[in-house]
Amino acid sequence: MSAAHTLAGMTPTTAAPTEKKDRWASGVTPYAEMGYFDSDYEPKDTDILAAFRITPQPGVDAVEAAAAVAGESSTATWTVVWTDRLTAHENYQAKAYDVSAVPGREGEYIAKIAYDLDLFEEGSIANLTSSIIGNVFGFKALKALRLEDMRIPPHYVKTFQGPPHGIVMEREYLDKFGRPLLGATVKPKLGLSAKNYGRVVYEALRGGLDFTKDDENINSQPFMRWRDRFLYSIEGVNRAMAQTGEIKGHYMNVTAATMEEMYERAEFASELGSVIIMMDLTVGYTAMQSMSKWARRNGMILHLHRAGHGTYTRQKSHGVSFRVIAKWCRLLGVDHIHAGTVVGKLEGDPSMVKGYYDTLRLDHVPENLENGIFFDQDWASLPAVMPVASGGIHAGQMHQLLRYLGEDVVLQFGGGTIGHPMGIAAGATANRVAVEAMIQARNEGRDYFQEGPDILEKAAKGCPELNAALQVWKDVTFDFQSTDTPDYVVTPTLV
Amino acid sequence: MRITQGTFSFLPDLTDEQIVAQIRYALDHGWAMSVEHTDDPHPRNPYWDMWGMPLFDLAVEEADVVLREVRACREAHPGDYLKVIAYDSSKGRQTTALSFIVHRPKHEPGFRLDRIDSHDRVQRYGLHPYAADAPVGSRYRNGGAP
Repeated sequence: MSAAHTLAGMTPTTAAPTEKKDRWASGVTPYAEMGYFDSDYEPKDTDILAAFRITPQPGVDAVEAAAAVAGESSTATWTVVWTDRLTAHENYQAKAYDVSAVPGREGEYIAKIAYDLDLFEEGSIANLTSSIIGNVFGFKALKALRLEDMRIPPHYVKTFQGPPHGIVMEREYLDKFGRPLLGATVKPKLGLSAKNYGRVVYEALRGGLDFTKDDENINSQPFMRWRDRFLYSIEGVNRAMAQTGEIKGHYMNVTAATMEEMYERAEFASELGSVIIMMDLTVGYTAMQSMSKWARRNGMILHLHRAGHGTYTRQKSHGVSFRVIAKWCRLLGVDHIHAGTVVGKLEGDPSMVKGYYDTLRLDHVPENLENGIFFDQDWASLPAVMPVASGGIHAGQMHQLLRYLGEDVVLQFGGGTIGHPMGIAAGATANRVAVEAMIQARNEGRDYFQEGPDILEKAAKGCPELNAALQVWKDVTFDFQSTDTPDYVVTPTLV
Repeated sequence: MRITQGTFSFLPDLTDEQIVAQIRYALDHGWAMSVEHTDDPHPRNPYWDMWGMPLFDLAVEEADVVLREVRACREAHPGDYLKVIAYDSSKGRQTTALSFIVHRPKHEPGFRLDRIDSHDRVQRYGLHPYAADAPVGSRYRNGGAP
């Protein structure tokens, strides 16, 4: 690339120089020439890798834009500083090593950038994110920027303990195997008094669900304070356990304004004997990681609601992909995370959701561009996270849910339980019978995806609750175009 | 009441034919099979009594071997809960893959919810299987009828 070309639009004020400037001369040097781009660089096994989708401003060269992202997310500032020479700067400079045009998306490129392991504090998602997404997203020379994926090497993975329990321990703890777990979010999400709230918990659990859940925005409002909610909910949990002989749980949301209040709520949930608590993504990475350590110490399953993620994960050209959020959350350590339904009311292209689920559940996730996975990811035995499917799903979709989401998942039917015409417990029973019938059919070798509606209808013959659910919701689908979809075709490298 | 532990407790009790179909599925995955029984079905009792050793390395065609064990266990412990367990020893799992009840007492008295009043409206809860009032070995006599 030529210096004049790469300079266009990137540098703050200077005109393009006619000759290449010395690397250490004061003033502005293109990032690419400062060492932030190196097409010959071969990433080390220990490097942290990132794939960014970059959309340079008109006239800005893609390679220089990629180098600028590498620079601003590692050591660089806008002008040359002599103090770089006091360091082994080549080591600390991130390097864009591959820039490829995205097929069918004019002006967009995928830039792969390698970061040395030393750039990051061990076991700190706050530090990792401050580096990788700290400054660069507001960079003027870019119209848009999206962090698509990251490769976290085992050397860094091993500085985290990951989920407090993980899928295997959670299943053993609950004594529930071989089928998706079932849950429901208490509705209406706001306004119920604590006593009425606990009634919903009790009915849904005794009817057959494994879990009920606080919603993300139910924390401690004037109509129901957290302590009252916890007391009535645990009453519902225990009564349902006595009626079914099964372990049941209610995700008690401990999200609060301060860490001290979160600990207070979590400790009370623990004192009551709850098996699970939850928090919202809005509390931030540090708070989540603190709660993760607390949950491990206290034998508490930790559920995460991804509240707010849609603000930065949904748009294709700008933000952070959810698969990256999923990776960070597996590292910092949650046992559950909402990861999409494919068939429900919320955004989720099937292949993208597959990529999220693989990221959360597998020990080795191979590169797979069709599912939006840009790098091989080796989790080095870090426990797996249970994905949670929630939002606009119902019993009539059970064959699709099992096909798209598999067995290690929590299926949450909020409206699909509480909105049942025969009552909440009946709604829960409908969902439980549907999932058991579908698992039975799958295990018997039937083509459950094609025969799903027949399997459900047959099960409904012996179960009026399921029959009613199928009648009420049989035609409900949410068939909209996804905004976040994979770019299938692999492109030739630009440079 | 009906204890709904296990993968298929919300369905009608499985026939032997349906049990074999599930065993075949498990053997097809290379899972080890075992049969366990108990007269203490508390949900936090992870250690049901093992009916012999787990059966490793069975071929799919040998599903009947497991069914024979189920029948023998049923005959020996008609008043107990019996479950079939498929165990996945692969790396990253090393845990139960499937677990379902294949026999239960005719009468299931269920659980009493014990409470102790604690401070500030907090209750201490405990699940108490009614059957556990009788000593081990004499619970669920007469199929569990009182």
